[in-house]
Amino acid sequence: MTLSEAAMLRMQDISKIYRTDLIETHALRELSLEVRAGEFVAVSGPSGSGKTTFLNIAGLLETFDTGTYELDGRDVSRLSDDARSRIRNEKIGFIFQGFNLIPDLDIFDNVDVPLRYRRMKAPERRKRIESSLELVGLAARMKHLPSQLSGGQQQRVAIARAIAGDPALILADEPTGNLDSLMARQIMDLLEKINAMGTTVVLVTHDPELARRAERNIHIVDGVVLDPASQSHLPQPAPQVSGAAD
Amino acid sequence: MLGYYIRLALKSFRRTPGLTALMVGAIAFGIAACIVTLTVHHAMGRNPIWWKNNVLYAVTMDSWTPEHPYDPADPEHSPTMLTYRDATYLYGSDIPKRKALLAFVQGVLAGAPGQTAPLWAMTRATDSGFFHMFDVPFEYGGPWSAAADRGPKPVIVLSRRTNERLFGGRNSVGRTILWNNLRFRIVGVLNHWDPKPRYYDLSGGGTGNFGRPAPAFVPFKWGPMLHLFPNGHVSCWQAPGAKPIETYRQMLGSNCVWITMWVELPTAAQRERFLNFMNAYWAEQRTMGRFQRPRDNRLWKVSQWLKLHHIVSNDSRLLLRVAFAFLAVCLINTIGILLAKFLRGAPLAGVRRALGATRRQIFAQHLIEVTVLAVTGSCLGLALGAAGLAGVRALYAHSYSAYGALAHFDLIGIAWALALAAASTLIAGLYPAWRIGRVSPARYLKSQ
Repeated sequence: MTLSEAAMLRMQDISKIYRTDLIETHALRELSLEVRAGEFVAVSGPSGSGKTTFLNIAGLLETFDTGTYELDGRDVSRLSDDARSRIRNEKIGFIFQGFNLIPDLDIFDNVDVPLRYRRMKAPERRKRIESSLELVGLAARMKHLPSQLSGGQQQRVAIARAIAGDPALILADEPTGNLDSLMARQIMDLLEKINAMGTTVVLVTHDPELARRAERNIHIVDGVVLDPASQSHLPQPAPQVSGAAD
Repeated sequence: MLGYYIRLALKSFRRTPGLTALMVGAIAFGIAACIVTLTVHHAMGRNPIWWKNNVLYAVTMDSWTPEHPYDPADPEHSPTMLTYRDATYLYGSDIPKRKALLAFVQGVLAGAPGQTAPLWAMTRATDSGFFHMFDVPFEYGGPWSAAADRGPKPVIVLSRRTNERLFGGRNSVGRTILWNNLRFRIVGVLNHWDPKPRYYDLSGGGTGNFGRPAPAFVPFKWGPMLHLFPNGHVSCWQAPGAKPIETYRQMLGSNCVWITMWVELPTAAQRERFLNFMNAYWAEQRTMGRFQRPRDNRLWKVSQWLKLHHIVSNDSRLLLRVAFAFLAVCLINTIGILLAKFLRGAPLAGVRRALGATRRQIFAQHLIEVTVLAVTGSCLGLALGAAGLAGVRALYAHSYSAYGALAHFDLIGIAWALALAAASTLIAGLYPAWRIGRVSPARYLKSQ
């Protein structure tokens, strides 16, 4: 198996332009990148560089104007909204900076949300919810409301929700942005743990320290991926071993 | 997912109890207003004997003076009743399967066991055909015979209410009672029978077009036999120079219209034959100097008869329009509130979309929320509607107004309420639910 064949996420010449009556904003300009299955990648860049747009497109939350996008070996460039929803539900887990928990659902029901949309049977859902909450250390707080938890705990619930469906890809948008450094480290530990279990993780972050913990760093500026060679201030990814070499 | 969506709807209501109460109240009041007016309107306009609509016919002939129309407000309108002369002639035809003449005469009932005071009873003078034609139900006994019509024999049928008052509701068939000081044998007691409107006699006599049926029934010929002047509606015209009506005999030979006539004509051929019979009579009378107006002999179906008499009042139509306008205002307000509420919750819908909900699922979730709201509003509306109808009944309890008589909550009212609720759900909920279903998932995720 080659690196290319094992790609979880492959974008080729993706462009995205936001248009209003007066102006056009080029959020992504022929962006190309590839993330291999099982990889832990950090995406960084200044504000307005296109990181979130990249993440939204990667998570099938937004469409793009030109280019192609393959997710887990499937071309998802021109899918219907329903098909994109299904793929989001089955293959992708989201972690947001603001946690995005549903305030009037308890922890159990929050983690239950994506599983409901997958029309899973109740016993199977319960099993998955309990095991994912156990993994994030909140099994004892199932009946608590989000407002009864600290920020770090809420983010751990969000992580449990993201992994409950056993996705192939986790997309995390500044997951530690609202947390203190201790909490942030705990969240990163969790993400590393999830990655170690085989799930691909793409982390968007401003924080160079967190980015350094990723296997590989991608820097986006003005909607394009900078050549890694020009990113001297960031740690370079460790040399990858080709699957074909095995 | 239905149970899940209902649970989410209830949580959503708990999140905004004030708004929820406002919307439920708006739907409930709108529906209640419509229920009250629709129930009365429907009851006014309904045909209580629809299954015989193509069989029973009211008979009219234009015997009015050529000098001026019968109804100046509606010059095309011929008299809806017949003169005694015309009615008895037409009644002599053997073409109809059944036939009946109807009039009101004054009656006093006395002589029942234990009866301390005479009972004034506006009596329906009619024929045995009346009971068969209009499917009148009997609790005891039955109608008198055709021979009793011809006699006439002293036989009487009591309403259930009269029988309760005079005989405590016991079977009184076979007993005798004094009617206008003459001994009459009771041959039948009606079961509950109170068609509204009182389609078979819309002359406005007795207790009005929506009143109870007569307390007693006797063969039609007893009126002329006892020279009992009609006690219902009578309209007369006199040729210039004619003597004023002073005696009963003059009344019978006059141009006064006071008799309603019904015939049962099951086939088209019978209808045509009877109409020809009427036309021949009209032509003959015209050669004798009567019927100077253009020929207008008609057979009216029950539904046409109701329409002819404008039985649904303009007030009722106006009230209905006002009630629906009120419902529309309530729904528009509800749509506005729902839209605001749903769009305020758009970030949560965005989160659900990000987690894999399809547009259809978000739409369904919100439509179920609206449905729960509408069902709650409708239940409350039903209760308010029932209370409203009770209020109308109480308000008109001591009058002959149609509103008091018709303001009864029935299955039709409930069916209307359910239909209104379903329509309200669609109208009030579709657009807001559709709008929230179109939410772009990415748009709100940062702002949540």
